[in-house]
Amino acid sequence: MKQCEAAGACGSEQRKKLDAVIEASRATPGCLMHILQEAQAIYGYLPMEVQKVIAEGLGIPLSEVYGVVTFYSQFSLKPKGKNRISVCLGTACYVKGSDKILEELEKQLGIKCGECTEDGLFSIDSCRCVGACGLAPVMMIGEEVYGRLTPDKVKGILDSHREASK
Amino acid sequence: MTVQELDAIRQSKKELIDVRRLVKEQAEKLAPLTGYRHQVLVCGGTGCTSSHSAQVIEHLEKTMQECGIDDVLVVKTGCFGLCALGPIMIVYPEGAFYAQMTPEHVETVVRKHLVKGGEVVKELLYKDTVHTDGTITPFAETPFYKKQMRIALRNCGVIAAENIEEAIAAGDYAAIEKVLTTMTPDDVIKEVLDSGLRGRGGAGFPTGRKWSFAKASAGDIKYVCCNADEGDPGAFMDRSVLEGDPHSVLEAMTIAGYAIGAHQGYIYVRAEYPIAVERLKIAIAQAHEHGLLGKNILGLGFDFDIDIRLGAGAFVCGEETALMTSIEGHRGEPRPRPPFPAVKGLFGKPTILNNVETWANINPIIMKGAKWFASIGTEKSKGTKVFALGGKITNVGLVEVPMGTTLREIIEEIGGGIPNGKKFKAAQTGGPSGGCIPASLIDTPIDFDNLVAIGSMMGSGGLIVLDEDTCMVDISKFYLEFTADESCGKCNPCRIGTKRLLELLTKITEGKGTPEDLVKIEELAEHMKSSSLCALGQSAPNPILSTLHHFRKEYEDHINEHHCEAGVCKALLNFSIDKEKCIGCGVCAKNCPVSAITRTDYIAPGHKLASFEIDPAKCVKCGVCQSNCKFKAVSRK
Repeated sequence: MKQCEAAGACGSEQRKKLDAVIEASRATPGCLMHILQEAQAIYGYLPMEVQKVIAEGLGIPLSEVYGVVTFYSQFSLKPKGKNRISVCLGTACYVKGSDKILEELEKQLGIKCGECTEDGLFSIDSCRCVGACGLAPVMMIGEEVYGRLTPDKVKGILDSHREASK
Repeated sequence: MTVQELDAIRQSKKELIDVRRLVKEQAEKLAPLTGYRHQVLVCGGTGCTSSHSAQVIEHLEKTMQECGIDDVLVVKTGCFGLCALGPIMIVYPEGAFYAQMTPEHVETVVRKHLVKGGEVVKELLYKDTVHTDGTITPFAETPFYKKQMRIALRNCGVIAAENIEEAIAAGDYAAIEKVLTTMTPDDVIKEVLDSGLRGRGGAGFPTGRKWSFAKASAGDIKYVCCNADEGDPGAFMDRSVLEGDPHSVLEAMTIAGYAIGAHQGYIYVRAEYPIAVERLKIAIAQAHEHGLLGKNILGLGFDFDIDIRLGAGAFVCGEETALMTSIEGHRGEPRPRPPFPAVKGLFGKPTILNNVETWANINPIIMKGAKWFASIGTEKSKGTKVFALGGKITNVGLVEVPMGTTLREIIEEIGGGIPNGKKFKAAQTGGPSGGCIPASLIDTPIDFDNLVAIGSMMGSGGLIVLDEDTCMVDISKFYLEFTADESCGKCNPCRIGTKRLLELLTKITEGKGTPEDLVKIEELAEHMKSSSLCALGQSAPNPILSTLHHFRKEYEDHINEHHCEAGVCKALLNFSIDKEKCIGCGVCAKNCPVSAITRTDYIAPGHKLASFEIDPAKCVKCGVCQSNCKFKAVSRK
């Protein structure tokens, strides 16, 4: 992937942004989490090259950065799809059948939870409660929340995103 | 800003807010003083935003413009509580409660109600507010709201969440004024201590004691933290407070800072709550502009500032020491206690950490006094508790009730009972650290100690209702999957214990369990409770232990009879077709994903086509045949 090769490379637009974030935050105690969050917003994920840049920028061991990245579920070592699907598997959604929504998504897209489709359009993850329990079961695609789902609604929603991504 | 200026803001918006709190007749008298004929409040919380309340507002403003209406105020508030009916819109001074609004509905309301001389559109009102004879009751009188008592949520759904002047007029920042002008730090701590307020995050530790420990700790630098890492799946009360009344949290943290001698606060909030984070940022900026945060607050010589730190999806960070480690920018692993955070907490300095809902109770305690607060609730649990009511219940949403309210009142009266004529089986409280309360204990008054006595816990206040279609073994397995996944791995009893418990439960749900497995589970659970480092591991066995205690027969059925009464555990299910009922239409066979259904030679009397049968060796137990059969010929046992 193009994005991947460019990750961390000096002089790229993304790298400039990352350097600026590191420079602006390095004096704040406990800034690593914040920098990682910003870096993920810039690159879409946190490849090793980006982690190295952050470790060098802050003057801390790469192992420490990697340790933090792999601790929190929000950080990803792999690129995500253009449409990031996140199925809520919190209790309220689970008792209302969100596992069946996840199954249907996996079937429709031919990938497992945690994976990305080959065309890079969709990736599926599960999450724990987005707080929209009144609409259970729910999933998010990007920032948009889809509530009161049933397995038969899944295909239509995916199609609308395919259409919009063209 | 000075105290006088604060008071000026309070007075200038007083009527505006009062109209939203009063009953119809009084509100109608007051409305002309506000300059607005009507005020339309639209919920902008996560629940209603997810059901497109932003479009409702957009459409409302557009249609009002088309109709030339310029004397109606539109206000985007926080959560009204009844999330299942979103998007919700309330029109004052009538208090007309419109539910499940669509752009078409909005248009109707504007053209028939909001225009001059318009009237309430009864067909679009929440059905519980309309009597059979056509008269309207205020929504506060409906079963969902009547038994509630709103202290922590007092301003949620009343004020514009992004408007500090409305927050001030609704009472926010009156307590910091009172504290800084008339109270010593010891007075503040005594008031909180006397109120009997206990931490709303789960464990129920007395808030005042935490504060007095931190005050007693020596040091110039201390910290005040807010736990907004609401990790318990199914709980969303903290999010609603942050979205609906963020200033109440900022004010309370400032008060605590004054009480213990701290000048810096941190709010650790889940990144999964983008609306809450945004509102907090706005609130902090506004508080700065108005001199209610930062140097020399209200010109009274006290300095306090607050920063936001975003979580990154780790349940263990709800534990206080793990949360502080995470704010410090490390892996969010818990630390052994003692030393307690009140002695050595964030960055090694004395720190207090309270949960959002706890903070939301501070202003009323200061303003109305400890005695008033202590008069509400039970002997050892004072005040109210907010519950996020979810699962198999009609009125999914947020409710705040006095401690001591029974589960029956919450589920049957406020919650409106179980939908689809199903039977109530159990209520789950306390999330992955809590347990299940069976139907036989539905009359238990809910407070911290009663819940522990029946094998559950208050937790942060998630209350998930389970009906007869829920398998209790499966639900414990669900929670164990969660805790096994979220265990940080630092201590062995939790890391290995959760994994082994999950393996045993999986074995049972697959029909491979033995009676000895139950003994092993109980033994392992006891070890985990006594030797895990933090509350995550100590309480991870609770869902199993409580279901084993109250629903042991279900476990035994899975083990001895290979039977799952609720029909959830796939490995124990068998699908079959009743030959006499099958009319031979073949819909099941067409839809079977693994071609496990074939036609037999048998034609049932009265039918024209031969019936079908399922090959159990091929069947993957997906249940598609059953859901597609219109003749109820497919059974699941």
